[in-house]
Amino acid sequence: MIDLIAFIPRAVIQGIPLLFGSTGETLTEKSGNLNLGIPGIMYVGAISGVIGSFFYEQAGAPSPVLTVLIPLLCSMTGSLLMGLLYCFLTVTLRANQNVTGLALTTFGVGIGNFFGGSLIKLANSAVPVIVLSKTSAYFSATPAGGATDWFSRLFLSYGFLAYAAVIIALAASYILNHTRIGLHLRAVGESPTTADAAGISVTRYKYVSTCIGSVIAGLGGLYYIMDYAKGIWSSDAFGDRGWLAIALVIFSVWRPTLGIFASFLFGGLYILNVYIPTGTNLAIKELYKMLPYVVTVLVLVVTSVRNKRENQPPASLGLPYFREER
Amino acid sequence: MDNKTPAVKMRNITKTFGSVVANDKVWLDIYRGEILALLGENGSGKTTLMNMLSGIYFPDKGDISIDGKEVVIRSPKDAFDLGIGMIHQHFKLVDVLSAAENIVLGLPGKLDLKAATAKIRQICDAYGFEVDPKQKIYDMSVSQKQTVEIVKVLYRGADILILDEPTAVLTPQETDKLFAVLRNMRDDGKAVVIITHKMHEVEALSDRVAVLRQGQFIGDMPTKTTNAQEMTNMMVGHPVVLNIDRPDPVDPRPRIEVKNLTVRNIDGIVKLDDVSFTANSGEILGIAGISGCGQKELLEAIAGLQRVESGSISYIEDDGSREELIGKDPLEIQQMGVSLSFVPEDRLGMGLVGNMDLADNMMLRSFRRGRGIFTDRKSPHKLAETVVHDLEVVTPSVETPVRRLSGGNVQKVLVGREIAEAPKVLLTAYAVRGLDINSSYTIYDLLNKQKQAGVAVVYVGEDLDVLLELADRILVLCGGKVSGIVPGRGAKKRDVGLMMTRLGGKTDE
Amino acid sequence: MNKQTREPLIHITKRGSLPWYRTLGIRAAAILLAVIFSGLITMLLTGENPLKIYVTIFNGSFGSARRVWVLLQNTAILLMVALAVTPAFRMRCWNLGGDGQILAGGLATAACMILLGDKLPGWLLIVVMLAASVVAGAVWAVIPAWFKARFNTNETLFTLMMNYIATQIVAFFIVVWEVPKGAGQIGIINQISKAGWLPQVGPSKYLLNVIIAVVFTVLMYLYLNYSKHGYEIAVVGESERTARYVGIKVDRIIVRTMLLSGALCGLAGLLLVAGTDHTLTTTITGGRGFTAVMVSWMAHFNPIVMVFTSFLLVFLSKGGSEVASGFGLSASFGDILTGIILFFIIGSEFFITYKVNFRKHAGKENGK
Repeated sequence: MIDLIAFIPRAVIQGIPLLFGSTGETLTEKSGNLNLGIPGIMYVGAISGVIGSFFYEQAGAPSPVLTVLIPLLCSMTGSLLMGLLYCFLTVTLRANQNVTGLALTTFGVGIGNFFGGSLIKLANSAVPVIVLSKTSAYFSATPAGGATDWFSRLFLSYGFLAYAAVIIALAASYILNHTRIGLHLRAVGESPTTADAAGISVTRYKYVSTCIGSVIAGLGGLYYIMDYAKGIWSSDAFGDRGWLAIALVIFSVWRPTLGIFASFLFGGLYILNVYIPTGTNLAIKELYKMLPYVVTVLVLVVTSVRNKRENQPPASLGLPYFREER
Repeated sequence: MDNKTPAVKMRNITKTFGSVVANDKVWLDIYRGEILALLGENGSGKTTLMNMLSGIYFPDKGDISIDGKEVVIRSPKDAFDLGIGMIHQHFKLVDVLSAAENIVLGLPGKLDLKAATAKIRQICDAYGFEVDPKQKIYDMSVSQKQTVEIVKVLYRGADILILDEPTAVLTPQETDKLFAVLRNMRDDGKAVVIITHKMHEVEALSDRVAVLRQGQFIGDMPTKTTNAQEMTNMMVGHPVVLNIDRPDPVDPRPRIEVKNLTVRNIDGIVKLDDVSFTANSGEILGIAGISGCGQKELLEAIAGLQRVESGSISYIEDDGSREELIGKDPLEIQQMGVSLSFVPEDRLGMGLVGNMDLADNMMLRSFRRGRGIFTDRKSPHKLAETVVHDLEVVTPSVETPVRRLSGGNVQKVLVGREIAEAPKVLLTAYAVRGLDINSSYTIYDLLNKQKQAGVAVVYVGEDLDVLLELADRILVLCGGKVSGIVPGRGAKKRDVGLMMTRLGGKTDE
Repeated sequence: MNKQTREPLIHITKRGSLPWYRTLGIRAAAILLAVIFSGLITMLLTGENPLKIYVTIFNGSFGSARRVWVLLQNTAILLMVALAVTPAFRMRCWNLGGDGQILAGGLATAACMILLGDKLPGWLLIVVMLAASVVAGAVWAVIPAWFKARFNTNETLFTLMMNYIATQIVAFFIVVWEVPKGAGQIGIINQISKAGWLPQVGPSKYLLNVIIAVVFTVLMYLYLNYSKHGYEIAVVGESERTARYVGIKVDRIIVRTMLLSGALCGLAGLLLVAGTDHTLTTTITGGRGFTAVMVSWMAHFNPIVMVFTSFLLVFLSKGGSEVASGFGLSASFGDILTGIILFFIIGSEFFITYKVNFRKHAGKENGK
């Protein structure tokens, strides 16, 4: 039997990077932009934070506040630039979103591994990794401290970015559903022509939501390195979590609050293979890892078969908007 | 009623699109506390004129004053600020949002749906609308969507309302409801304009009527002082002598027999209601009617593109054997020799592929005939060249994408291709839409040649004068019903015009 | 009266069309700019003379006979995948599932080689492998296609997910077939018997793939431009309404075309597993399913042009790694160069499709 008290926190910390990614991508998709560059952006978010932190640690990392702020700001700047690049190409230049997104992912993963590799060379360590233990200490400090009661283990055993992820998702949900900005954003993603006719600036909404979405997604990369991986960067360690985040958007039918639970579920599915009873064929492990994708496909199929309008992708998803097009 | 100062004064408004003059020095006054019917045939410039008031178009020349002050209306927002709101034929609503959300869309300030809901309720109570602010648009009927559009305009404080053919999508009951609401608004001191071509609506609803014809302002008068006959005269003008050739029918035999055909569109609105007629070989059957009265649905039903609710469509061979067309797919019907060339409003989109060149478009009908897996490229190419030559299509080459041809030339390509199929039945709609005189005559000649070759030609036209001179028989549609079938020779324009606006064409007086 | 402010400062309109030399000029300028820009970036990072960098990039691809072969092999495989996804793209159906379909084909191939390697005669084994890989790839593509045709399920997201499902299935079988137990990899399949290995043609084991890619390029070009199927695909892609109007069954075309896409991807999987790698890994595709999307798109879905675009991307990535190893940088440098080039090319399309008009003189009223 699985020890739930031990399992759930592990599922949560697996899920947090996905939650950042899916909240960011949900905001982006709500504006009608299908940003397949998210995996790349998360890499850039991670490496930018790592670069900032690396040099600050080299300088001795004297100030605790700056030790946290520098990687945070670096990460956000890095992802913001990626978001801007995507917007410039797809919104201003109306390029194909799929192609731009895929190129952005190639580019972003390249940037991540390239600068990661360069830093590893600079660090001159024996193993091909960068260790940022000082920074990580702040990022992975938990409110529970060393408490081992079930409440602390379930709810208080995470770094501050994990709580931030949940708060951001809740805030995103509130903004989308209860504010005028959210209303306008949804209108832009559903029907840019109607939004335009109502005097809403389609371009501005697309830019802002996509860039904010990128920054949020980038934080997922930062969380992964600084908290989950305890400050250790190695090439390609982040894996395909970016794609999983995109799957999560579909799975949570474009609802950030649902995304919170769904991300924990995905996190759980991701590590479920660790908990299979000993003696089972190890190969089954790999099939367990398939589960998040299979359920996502099922959700995608079921929502399209049921054709309930609330659960469909934003109607203009993936299409560029050009006012004078007929 | 104090009608002294007009709410809107339009003077010498001129608007051209390319070489087409849509509005030519139009004068129009709109008063508060009055419902004005803007009457005119299709293409007479009613919508264009009102679009200039609502900020969609900008006039080339002329002045607009609101309450005596000269204004410039650059955008829909400018129009709103001046209290002008227009309800277009195509609704601008976001499907997945609720009525209330759509109504407040684009407005500044904090989002307070409760307050908005209260205000919406208040508007609804004041005029007798029924809107559930929480209902999603995709759950609504067309008339509910229209109501949301009207409330949206009122919510923004409009007191000059323009409705573009609002009843086109409504059932008679819904129309009555709408009219009651519009009267309420008039009594509340708002200025209401409805664009229409339906005579009975003008009579039932309006206080004043203004008539446009071919972009020109013909006149206006209180509705009470006029009658349907006079308005029809103003609308259609005097008969024009065109001298279109009309050879006698060649051995006419029944070819297509339509019986009790009823068709509903996707929204469940009846577009054809118990329509019966016969189209003969060697004859041109003209179909007259105001646009949107079921012409499109009729032709599409015959071609197998439209779902039919009830009735039958038989194809009759020379030997008298019959075959039912309903239930067959478009390809089968095509292969039986029924050919449809429908020129839609945007000209492309149906029947032609804009990004393909002329030769490739010729292939749309014939590509299945190539040998083996490959298409036959030579004969479409030849056909394209023939069409270009015979119909004088202006194009750099047959390798030019049709998208880049002018509208008239696109049409020639489409009609030319359909005729080249050597059909037994040729269905054609708006074949001369937007064509110059010479090209139009080329098309008429082609149709006559088809007729003389024994083809059953069904010709849906917009121009009554042409129908009267070209068709052997004219079927008049009115609101999806057959208003009458008259012989083309000797038919009077007035009579047919009346039949278009009123079933049977009889005035009540 | 302020009627002058009607026209905005910058007004973007769609172009009718451009003569081919101007289109070509814009693209060439974009590539040139990208090359200069990436040279600058490299110079900043390495402090080397940019000319030397370009020479290094060139050497990465053409430095030795072996490198040329590797370049050709990579181009051939990438081209195969790009050819495979193109019919779907022509239909405006975004098949991002190339990777998954290749893996499905590769898995079927490996399964045949492992399970039937010693049971069937060589030629029959290869026939069975061919059939299995093609069917596997096709099935993997038809699943999303059927849902797209039937329920309008978003094919971009569906095919994307199918990639990862395929990856995990392959991972599963790798553990099942791993040699030796616990190694986590299959190793070279049938290393001694070479059962199911595609025969070597000519001087290099890569030549066969190159020949197949060339043949398929020509076939695909003919299929798309001269066959009835190709014509139907084009019509459906341009306008579903027109397609229905002339009696084309849109649903059937979607499924049929995706089936073709998947089958060809499956074949690419066969070439990778049985032709060159002789093993199966989860990363055997090297992301080619995605790169192929870009190859195909950059070539405007024209198979002949894809020869150049796939070559360009492979050339850059090889050059990038050569620069990286030559100047002590990370091997991912190639990805960055590829990204930069792609951004420039993607951006340049705008100037081909649209025209930017600046307001000439205020006072003209020209609203539309």
